[in-house]
Amino acid sequence: MLRNSEAEPEVTEPIVLRHRVLPEFDRLTVYRQHGGYQAFERAVRSRSPEAVIQLVKDSGLRGRGGAGFPTGVKWSFLTPGVFPRYVVANADESEPGTFKDREIIERNPFQFLEGVAICAHAAQANVAYVYCRGEFWDLTSELDRKIAELEGAGLLGDGLFGTDYSLRIYTHLGAGAYICGEETALLESLEGKLGQPRLRPPFPAAEGLYGKPTVVNNVETLANLPLILERGVDWYRSVGTKQSPGTKVFSLSGHVKRPANVELPLGTTFRELIFEHGGGILGDKKIKAILPAGASAPILPAADDVLDSGMDYESVAALGSALGSASIIVLDETVNIAWAEAKITDFFEHESCGKCTPCREGTYWMKHILGRLMTGAARAEDIELLHSVGTGIRGKCLCALGDFAALAVTSGIERFGTDFKVHAVNGQ
Amino acid sequence: MAALAEKYRAEIQSILAKYPPEHKRSAVMPLLFVAQREYGHLDRQAIAEVAALLQLEPTEVGSLIGFYTLFHDRPGPTYRLQVCTDLPCALRGAEEFARELRQELNVSQGEPDTDGQIAVEEVKCLAACDRAPVFQLQEPGGIHYYENQTLETALAVVEELRGRAGSD
Amino acid sequence: MSTDGVRLTIEGREISSSPGTLLVDAAKRIGIDIPVFCYHPKLKPVGMCRMCLVEIGRPARDRATGQPVRNERGEPVIQFGANLETACTTQVGEGWQVRVFSGKAVDGRRAIVEYLLTSHPLDCPICDKGGECPLQNLTMEHGPGLSRFLFDEKLHLAKRLPLGELIYLDRERCIQCARCTRFQDEVAGDPVIGLSQRGRRLEIVTFSDPGFDSYFSGNSTDICPVGALTTADFRFGARPWELNAAASICPHCPVGCNLTLNTRRAAGTDGRETIKRVMPRQNERVNEIWICDKGRFAHHYAHSADRLSKPLVRQDGRLVEASWEEALERAADRLGEAGAGLLGLAGGRLTNEDLFNFRGFVEGLGGMPVLDDWMAGGDLVRQFGVYPGTNLGTLGKGDAILVIASDLHEEAPIWWLRIKQAAERGAELVVANARPTRLDSFSTHLLRYAPGDAVQAGLGLLGARTGDAKLQSSGPDRQTAAAGKALGSARNVIVLYGNEGLDYRGSEALARVCAQLLSANDHQGRPNNGLIAVWPRANTQGAWDMGLRPSAAGLSGRIEQSAAAYIVAADPVGDDPAIGQLLTGLRGLVVQDLFLSATAQLAEVVLPAQSFVEREGTFTSGERRVQRLYPALPEPPESRPDWKIIAELGGRLGLELEGRGAGQVFTRIAGQIADYAGLTYADLAATERQWPEVGGLDLYYGGTAYDNRQGLGVQLAPRPGGELPEWTATAAREPSGDLLLVPISRLYDRGVTVLASQLLGRRLAELKLAIHPEDARRLGLLGASRAEISWDGQGTTVELSIEETTPRGAGLVPRSTGLPLRQPIEVRVRPSSS
Ligand SMILES: Cc1cc2nc3c(=O)[nH]c(=O)nc-3n(C[C@H](O)[C@H](O)[C@H](O)COP(=O)(O)O)c2cc1C
Ligand code: SF4
Ligand code: FES
Repeated sequence: MLRNSEAEPEVTEPIVLRHRVLPEFDRLTVYRQHGGYQAFERAVRSRSPEAVIQLVKDSGLRGRGGAGFPTGVKWSFLTPGVFPRYVVANADESEPGTFKDREIIERNPFQFLEGVAICAHAAQANVAYVYCRGEFWDLTSELDRKIAELEGAGLLGDGLFGTDYSLRIYTHLGAGAYICGEETALLESLEGKLGQPRLRPPFPAAEGLYGKPTVVNNVETLANLPLILERGVDWYRSVGTKQSPGTKVFSLSGHVKRPANVELPLGTTFRELIFEHGGGILGDKKIKAILPAGASAPILPAADDVLDSGMDYESVAALGSALGSASIIVLDETVNIAWAEAKITDFFEHESCGKCTPCREGTYWMKHILGRLMTGAARAEDIELLHSVGTGIRGKCLCALGDFAALAVTSGIERFGTDFKVHAVNGQ
Repeated sequence: MAALAEKYRAEIQSILAKYPPEHKRSAVMPLLFVAQREYGHLDRQAIAEVAALLQLEPTEVGSLIGFYTLFHDRPGPTYRLQVCTDLPCALRGAEEFARELRQELNVSQGEPDTDGQIAVEEVKCLAACDRAPVFQLQEPGGIHYYENQTLETALAVVEELRGRAGSD
Repeated sequence: MSTDGVRLTIEGREISSSPGTLLVDAAKRIGIDIPVFCYHPKLKPVGMCRMCLVEIGRPARDRATGQPVRNERGEPVIQFGANLETACTTQVGEGWQVRVFSGKAVDGRRAIVEYLLTSHPLDCPICDKGGECPLQNLTMEHGPGLSRFLFDEKLHLAKRLPLGELIYLDRERCIQCARCTRFQDEVAGDPVIGLSQRGRRLEIVTFSDPGFDSYFSGNSTDICPVGALTTADFRFGARPWELNAAASICPHCPVGCNLTLNTRRAAGTDGRETIKRVMPRQNERVNEIWICDKGRFAHHYAHSADRLSKPLVRQDGRLVEASWEEALERAADRLGEAGAGLLGLAGGRLTNEDLFNFRGFVEGLGGMPVLDDWMAGGDLVRQFGVYPGTNLGTLGKGDAILVIASDLHEEAPIWWLRIKQAAERGAELVVANARPTRLDSFSTHLLRYAPGDAVQAGLGLLGARTGDAKLQSSGPDRQTAAAGKALGSARNVIVLYGNEGLDYRGSEALARVCAQLLSANDHQGRPNNGLIAVWPRANTQGAWDMGLRPSAAGLSGRIEQSAAAYIVAADPVGDDPAIGQLLTGLRGLVVQDLFLSATAQLAEVVLPAQSFVEREGTFTSGERRVQRLYPALPEPPESRPDWKIIAELGGRLGLELEGRGAGQVFTRIAGQIADYAGLTYADLAATERQWPEVGGLDLYYGGTAYDNRQGLGVQLAPRPGGELPEWTATAAREPSGDLLLVPISRLYDRGVTVLASQLLGRRLAELKLAIHPEDARRLGLLGASRAEISWDGQGTTVELSIEETTPRGAGLVPRSTGLPLRQPIEVRVRPSSS
């Protein structure tokens, strides 16, 4: 950890939430006054795509959409020599507890769009799509206006900066389906089909949109790019941990006094996020559990070793969970974990795309068992059954959603077994 | 038959312009939104129009409707107040909020009110968990967020909507 | 075992597979059945049902050096992944070890079966798939003994949801494997059913009108791995294990799809044996495992109550029932008298044996045997037909196909399907027609010509190929030049020609041009090269082979010169009422048919024949494959097969024709017809192992199509030699009337063989005159709903349909929908006053 002062809750300097410190940052003139679009212009004029990819590799930037895959490495997998290529910004943000991409697009749109443009240059793509979840209707209309503004200013369009590079960015609205955040389901949806995940491999970098090499990156990932290019690898690596460099926007929600997005160096502790930035637990109750990645990772008991653990990809994995999109949902002592898992299972059952058997049938089955449990109609043996149904799903699905659904339930039973037992007719 | 094609010619053109001509199919969801704005819901007629615009089989268009929650295949309320009651919001009282709102409006979950104009539905996470309770208002022409809601603010929205509906 | 393949072990057995082989197929080849649901060897793998989970171990590699890691004994170290993997999506890898029956793999699959069963109704005893259901079998094999899912939490869904009139969906039984929707999209090119909703609510839907609107819909029920999709025809018709099965050949078009006819005694028919369903029988060179819906559903005519059941003779002007003795006596008298004045007219739905005897009979009496047809070129097909070993299913990159003057989707659906797939695999596809057809969108070169000018289009291609100055007065247009180039540079070329818009002479000229085109680049004498005629009947090619020819000058003149006529399996009066006048002028008319056709009604003697389901014999397909059909039902008591009736008639007139059995007739054919020399019935019944395997005990792998134990047939070699006839430069058509009235083919016409299948009622073609809006304006037909057409003193009124896609100058009318019209004619058109 490269942060010096424990007592100081302020981050040295935000990278993607710069609008928090720079007023009217969503205006193009203001954004440009602070150096906006210089990184893109310089890249187009004088940095080869290969050089940009190398630089992003060196920066150690990892995907912020959940999987944490190194961004530059992903770009380097684009099939050589095959064109056209596409860039797709993943703004489907639908993970329960995640609301960071929305803030970035709303308040810091130009930095995000510059990130898209830099990525497109690196990928040698002339068209980029921003896939927004359908609910972001107003946000998307606003983003369309911003894109038009950029075209008007000559920062998007044909023959950019006197070169022969041209770039168009288009928004595309989804229509209500969490699974479309999964990158291959997103591509299917963008092609006008049901949003069901594709078989991988081939990965999008080999065969993505319309079968062409495609980069799919999360909004936050892309919003990091302008400053990485402007200020360089060393600067970027000076925050965060060695393996998880940079800052992360943590979406903090649930039983905290101040739910909000907080941008902090990767590796910051749960304790600092929850108790300093979040102001502690609502009603000063005791903290019971943490969901570190929205609904999509095993639940963690809020014991001291957890609270004092850093929030970076490696440390959270070491705790037996995952950082994912870093949506930290805090549950206080009043929450019955079986209830929370029932809600989560409801979510996954509702969102399972239905393509593969274990997820389609397993989430449906788990929902029914949990439903019985919640209405007091289940027996203690049903808890074992529930655990075994969850275990049966694991490692067998076509995409990660099924595992997410299963892990929520199995980790809940394993770590908070009594919360389940109290609901069973023959419990205790 | 070609009502959409006539009425929204320019908009349809600008939607189609986003995608490579050989991949017109990409425009199907944007066009379904246009159709839903026009007709309120997506019936066989609307599906046929969109299919014709994109030279798709009606089945390729119609099968999408059930997959995506923001499309509606039958006539419903003009205004849908979609309250997020997913876990993060539920932790901050969204379920009670939704229940009270329904009580106040005397409707049950998902059912429209007596005028058939307004319904209160519960939906999954809307990416606004820091501002619970929150609902989005889905109307044929768009979707708008209402955050940090109380019963009073929500009822004021309903009043305003009823006024709008009445003045049509 | 080849040495250049990928070497791996599956369940400890070492194998070598060609690169790219999927694990599931590699295992299948050595007899290891990995269970599958969504995977089907004819469809792209999707890996969605997760049934085929196996454990895969791969040779470990040193991260730094990339070299394989070896243990102390020098053997490569194998690393097994943490998760099970789908064998249906994973291609074989060098040095892998695959475990199919390890505890982990079996447990994994058991979990999948259990999940599938959570919402599956356990109604096997009443399910159509019961007894041939993979889920049932897998449950026995892999599933847990006891359901842990609470019965009352099962999802209850529609059990009898019509997707259209032909196919029903049981939503409870559907396991969402998407085989049906993928078949329709990938193979049939008709994405008219799709998945909608999501999660456990995922369901099959259709928004087409009529529902599930595809000529190939029935195949979805064969590959559905459970009883979710059933045909309206067979639904609850019988349990699969109670059925008898007989091999047959589809009688509807020249593709010659191999069929299995399933029969059973049925309650409603006094315990008579009836056809319960028609299923595809695998022949990878002909129809793979598919058939079209006409082949599947249009079999009811065989059971029609209107079938002739007894011989009829004319007494006091009326046809009355008679004994065979009496009828044959009368027929022999009449036909014998005519001698050289005998006209024999036979149709192309007869078998080779019928036609062989027929020719022997008519010629034996000194008469003239004529094939009842209006398309030419059968002799050229004998000379330039596709070479043995031809398989449309293997055409792809580097090959080229020309389809000219034919709407294959309507005329020969399975050829359409296989050619479409060849184009998708990269074959160059040149489609030349006067109007748009369903094949256009798969073509690489699309040529349009004016109605009636197919020969000119063909000559253009020939000119582009040969650079022949006589053909190149103005030089080919760009598209023609490009198409000619594609045909010229291809490794293999197959030409399919039809006769749309052409009269007999025109189709003869087109056949010649096509033969020239093939010989210009020596596309003959090798598999996957040659000429195919898209004949209107299943055995037209056989008729040519047996020595019958159509009457180039038309029938009328022939009849006028004749004293008596013997008409078998043809209805010239139905096709042209004017013929009726002529026939009644004859001294003798003997008609042999299944139904009392318009022609039969004029006859002096009517002899009841047998339909293809009651008899044996051989058909020769458009690809010149000779194939056997076997009897599926007992002979109706008073009917006889055509070859036999003919032989008996011959016997009465002192002709020695083979009348003992169809097989014996075939032996004679093999002795007398050079093309068939040396062929035996047994050769035709020979089979070989085909891939993919269907109909095995696994059931799920290839679907319920039947494997082929009764014969793959023999493809005849073309007989080169003989002069290649010169092409004839016919002048482009000079319009002389208002419109060229062109009969076009529609799959579901209103002929007797289709009408009897009421299921197809909603889909039958309607009698309508289609014309282009410009022509409608020119002829003052805008706003009119009916039009009067007239020619040669004849005339009629038809419904009018104004369609942009109709070529200018032409009026299109579907064949066999009521307007008797065999060849294109110039007509005058007026708005109808009525
Ligand atoms: C079920 C599921 C839902 C996902 N939802 C999102 C999402 O809403 N937004 C997002 O950026 N990534 C989401 N992802 C991750 C994407 O598949 C993908 O990894 C990501 O967009 C890549 O961008 P990154 O490398 O910048 O993180 C989801 C993944 C899964 C399996
Ligand atoms: S895991 Fe669930 S969401 Fe993912 S493919 Fe399978 S059914 Fe669809
Ligand atoms: S996943 Fe392999 S058969 Fe379905």
